[in-house]
Amino acid sequence: MAPAVRDINWLIGGPQGGGINVAAETFARALTHGGYRVYAYIEYHSNIMGKHSYYRVRISDADRRSALSRVHVLVSLDEETLVGDTHHEFPAHRGHVHEVVPGGAVVYDSRVGFNPDRDDLRLYPVPYADLLELVLKEFGREAERNRFRVVQNVIAVAASAAVLDFDLKALTDVILEGFKGRRAEAASINVRAAEVAYEYIKTHFADDFPYRVTTLARRNGRRPLLIRGVQAAAIAKIKAGLGFQTYYPISPATDENVYLEAQQRRYGFVVVQTEDEVSAINMAVGAAHAGVRAATSTSGPGFTLMAEGIGFASMTEAPGPVVFLWQRGGPSTGLPTRQEQADLRFALQPAHGEFSHIVVAPGDVEEIVHDSYVAFNWAERYQLPVIVLLDKHLAAAYVTLDDLDLERLPPADRGFYYTPDGQPEAAYLRYAFTETGISPRTVPGTEGGIFWTTSDEHDPRGHITEGAENRIKMVAKRMRKLEVAAREIPRDVKLKVYGPSDADYTVVGWGSTKGAILDAMDELSAEGLSINFVQVRLMRPFPAAELREILGRAKNLILVEENYTGQLGGLIAEQTGILIPSRILKWDGRPFTQEELVDGLRKVIAGGPATVTVSHLQA
Amino acid sequence: MAIELKLYELKDYRADIHSDWCPGCGDFGILAAIQQALHRLQIPPHRVAVCSGIGCSGKTPHYIRAYGFHTLHGRVLPFATGLKLANHDLTVIAVGGDGDGYGIGAGYFINAGRRNVDLTYIVFNNEVYGLTKGQAAPTLPRGGRTKSMPEENVQQAINPIALAIGAGYTFVARGFALDVKYLADLIARAIAHRGSAFIDVLQTCPTYNDIHTKEWFLGLDRPGRQSRLYRLEETGFDPVVKNPDDAEEVRAKQLAAIARSYEWGDRIPIGVFYQIELPTFEDRLRAKGILGEVPLAQAEPFNRDVTDLIEALR
Repeated sequence: MAPAVRDINWLIGGPQGGGINVAAETFARALTHGGYRVYAYIEYHSNIMGKHSYYRVRISDADRRSALSRVHVLVSLDEETLVGDTHHEFPAHRGHVHEVVPGGAVVYDSRVGFNPDRDDLRLYPVPYADLLELVLKEFGREAERNRFRVVQNVIAVAASAAVLDFDLKALTDVILEGFKGRRAEAASINVRAAEVAYEYIKTHFADDFPYRVTTLARRNGRRPLLIRGVQAAAIAKIKAGLGFQTYYPISPATDENVYLEAQQRRYGFVVVQTEDEVSAINMAVGAAHAGVRAATSTSGPGFTLMAEGIGFASMTEAPGPVVFLWQRGGPSTGLPTRQEQADLRFALQPAHGEFSHIVVAPGDVEEIVHDSYVAFNWAERYQLPVIVLLDKHLAAAYVTLDDLDLERLPPADRGFYYTPDGQPEAAYLRYAFTETGISPRTVPGTEGGIFWTTSDEHDPRGHITEGAENRIKMVAKRMRKLEVAAREIPRDVKLKVYGPSDADYTVVGWGSTKGAILDAMDELSAEGLSINFVQVRLMRPFPAAELREILGRAKNLILVEENYTGQLGGLIAEQTGILIPSRILKWDGRPFTQEELVDGLRKVIAGGPATVTVSHLQA
Repeated sequence: MAIELKLYELKDYRADIHSDWCPGCGDFGILAAIQQALHRLQIPPHRVAVCSGIGCSGKTPHYIRAYGFHTLHGRVLPFATGLKLANHDLTVIAVGGDGDGYGIGAGYFINAGRRNVDLTYIVFNNEVYGLTKGQAAPTLPRGGRTKSMPEENVQQAINPIALAIGAGYTFVARGFALDVKYLADLIARAIAHRGSAFIDVLQTCPTYNDIHTKEWFLGLDRPGRQSRLYRLEETGFDPVVKNPDDAEEVRAKQLAAIARSYEWGDRIPIGVFYQIELPTFEDRLRAKGILGEVPLAQAEPFNRDVTDLIEALR
């Protein structure tokens, strides 16, 4: 009998550019078809070819939202995955063998001379190249062995599936689906390779690996969605009526843009690749003023260039754009392909001067869908730029969902439009002073609606003025819109509380750490710990009053962030006067795993230091 | 004889606020020429968007009765591009200074040429940064020193006409701010041209540029008081590519235009240097089936059906 293991962590490692994405995602999808819920996440270098990358697929019968540190099945496509690059003067990592649990499996190429320094592993050496040669012979394609080298990935994945006793057909079905169109001829070779590898494990090794993923009944009988943040954001934008998107290529925002580019013809919107992010933001501001729902997507370095454009959009009360900021490790070029939550303060003050804009930070795929969609309503209703603050973890992590709930999204809200109705042109004031601060807008092309606008301070008609009286009123008018937004935006969009309303320990966090926090909470609650989680989602206008009330009655507050300075903690202190005494921080470029966060929480609860720093090196 | 029906009068293109430019500024000539060109073409004011960068020239949209967007320093072309692609029914005119376009906005000047969006870009080229009191702009010759500069200019001047041709602008011209009628002709041709039209306008700054003054351009310092400016077409110069598919003709016309663009000193050409009919950015998007006839800004694509996109993720 298999031991009662709720979660199995499968990890595949290999050289960048060697196809591990496809290998891992194929297996992940097959697992969801086999009734499992998966969480899958890739770590890779800023490099096209050769550097070490690895992909973790967490397999469970329950919904999981974070990675595990401990590995049950390690699948290696090269030697470095096993032992790291310790021959370097400054090694980047020491491989993954030490992460494997006692009794865990290592599937590797039998040509690699692997002598592990531990004897509690189940070793599965597989002759990748020989099995491939066998298959190619069957098809008479031996001469093309270099072209088909990547089929070794399928061999490794299928071998690991055999170790786990996973249904071969579920795997080969997904492989078949992956080879459509002009690649269809390669499908049969890949499927055959999977069969041969599967058979090899079953005949050469005892079929008694303790962790098994035999097929489960699917919830609702349907295949679930396997979706990641870039897809969720792009789909929500299309749903919202995106008309114009600009971008300059940058990790980890590019995948969202490429997804949108592929859909522009079908849905009738335009994606422009610009010469830089200054151009990207200004083009989007121009399109927003012209009356389309405009957006741009970037990461920290590009967002830095967008600074003046965001100030400009706010100053001219453009109805957008919506700026998607996918954070990565900073500062400067930083860690281009790694995780960090260090741009919160920057997103809150992206330009000089004082201006109004909205910042929302979704924490999972469902919230990305909601927030990306409503961001366009906010941009048009309050006539300001909106920043959707995301990160590499949300961008890249695949999660399993039964469906996306689009039915509850509100209808499109285009805000306060001016209709000339034959009134004299002089009667129209684009920047009229109103109680809400929101002025009626028109778009170019409207007869009787001509207006002017300028990045200079301006009067209600949009002409330059430096008059003190106008300045006082105009600044207040623009800022007043945030008060209206704060009144109108629902509380559960501003923040959420998970777990019991009254708990001994209250974790405070934001963005993608939500997944690890919820998973860690599940583990600790099961042990009897009284713990809950306050997720802050709306960063501007900041829900200070709501938070003061919730945090004010909490017993022990613990801040969790993926940065060095505890940026949300600082913001909460500034906005509510509440200082969070304990902090768990991580800035090594990798998201919290469940174990790392659980360890951190245990240290805090045991009366550890005020700031507990966590790194995957401690695992 | 056909009766010319003018629905809009020249005053319909004038906004009801006064400019704050210095007396004698070349900007007045360019403003008047833009208004005359719009009047000549009878484009309804509400279908025109005039966008600008920052500087003295940046104030131009405020003085024109049309949708006016006074944007950021150097960023007018990306803004105008977004506006035009969002609503291709609009006539979009971008204006800015030489520092705005060739200095801080140089990258956008070049990359706009690659796209050939149907818009007109007019650069007010007076060789100085006027609003910040007379520093050297990218068109001031090396060694030049205007009256507010403590030192001679140590940086080389660029050649905007040659750059524009290299970047891919499909209409490239140069005007003179004090020859308003001729400039209005050029602007009208530029607006009528399908594609990115660029006009570098030689402009005097009576306050700061005491080198290339009105008197200098008009040759009032020369024996016989002969103007330094001449019109390209008066020398038989033909800037128009007849067959855009004829690579040899295209190259010959480009090289001839670039050769003329290096003339300076006693003979300075104005007029159209180069013109070619090529697919606009909008045409290219239409050919791909991305952009339709209805402008994006008039579509109502809200609550699109994304069921297929979601189902593809199972």
